[in-house]
Amino acid sequence: MNDFSGKNLVCVRGERTVFQGLDFKLESGGALVLVGANGSGKSSLLRLMAGLLPPAEGTITWNGEDTTEDPESHGGRLHYVGHLDAVKPVLDVAENLAFWAGLRSGGAVMAALEAFGISHLADVPGRFLSAGQKRRVSLARIVVRPAPLWLLDEPTTALDKATIKRLEGTIARHRDGGGMVVISTHSDMGLDAFQMLDLGDFS
Amino acid sequence: MCDFINIIRRDLLLALHQGMDWVMVVMFFIIAVVLFPFGVGPEPNILARIAAGIIWVAALLASMLSLERLFQTDYEDGSLELLVLSPMALEWIVLAKVIAHWLTTGLPLILAAPLLAVLLNMNTDGFLMLIAALALGTPSLSLIGAVGAALVLGSRRGGVLLSLLILPLFIPVLIFGVSAVDAAIMGYPMKAQLLILGALLLMALPLCPWAAAAGIRQSLE
Repeated sequence: MNDFSGKNLVCVRGERTVFQGLDFKLESGGALVLVGANGSGKSSLLRLMAGLLPPAEGTITWNGEDTTEDPESHGGRLHYVGHLDAVKPVLDVAENLAFWAGLRSGGAVMAALEAFGISHLADVPGRFLSAGQKRRVSLARIVVRPAPLWLLDEPTTALDKATIKRLEGTIARHRDGGGMVVISTHSDMGLDAFQMLDLGDFS
Repeated sequence: MCDFINIIRRDLLLALHQGMDWVMVVMFFIIAVVLFPFGVGPEPNILARIAAGIIWVAALLASMLSLERLFQTDYEDGSLELLVLSPMALEWIVLAKVIAHWLTTGLPLILAAPLLAVLLNMNTDGFLMLIAALALGTPSLSLIGAVGAALVLGSRRGGVLLSLLILPLFIPVLIFGVSAVDAAIMGYPMKAQLLILGALLLMALPLCPWAAAAGIRQSLE
């Protein structure tokens, strides 16, 4: 049973306080959906959780341990999907995915591509992919190698309805296996039993 | 260790596929050196006297060319964030990228240098020392350059800023690199210069990846 929580978090971007006094708590199998207007700090909170951004105040802990103390092992236990897809234009889809899998000691590349219905694109270079296809490659990265914590920043951008369904299924399986997920989204996603965090309440 | 090689391999693959950057670096190196005989005149003795300096300065400028892109492309497409979040320490990732950078710029420069030395009428006694000095000096250039490349991430006109930041730091490598070759040509002992070049490299090896990693973390905030 894992526990991922933040206490009294304050985020300051360019002298402007984005949010303050924010607490969250997630346990194995849990899902946290971040909502809020543009600029309310959804992406900043996800970057805080990932450790890309240090909190101005407050702490984020994993099983009681401060995540900033050992950023490498925190990085190893999470998958982050940001606004950028990190798909190299000159490498083909399988090579792109294999590199990220290789950094985390390997995984089943073809199965991950299959999970998002892009196995037929395996040998297509990244520069020929559409925005939605790139996003699918980016999402395939999170299933190729299991990690208990998924941080997804508007993962449904550019995805078609069928793929959103696949993503929902993938997230459900991830949670059944004891994983946890934090998602920021503007569109409703079909998730069961999730907590909602409105960042507008902490501005 | 496997991950370390994985990153080097990926950067080499990207360098080979993408834009032929390394070919341009070598071409720049050759053209810059070839310009000097036109500028100072084709007097063989003068050229022989300044050959080591010309080759070293051209090598510094050529290795600057591709430095800007060391982290920039990864920064722009989001790969850098994911590299930072990988279970491997960022310092090792930086070192892997620097090694890949050296293999695609420093190494081709070393291979091209003897040809240019012939062109500039350099005394043959200096050839071996030129290669040895470049082999010890160019890794330091890549390492020091990585710090600059990390610091200018996200800024516009990063390339110009990078040269202003980094070229002054290249001066020690330049001084001892050139004087090693000159000493070899004139028959003086040159062990001291090589030792200092080696010491510079040994100093840069742990310090630069550490500083560059800090710069990258800063740029992603």
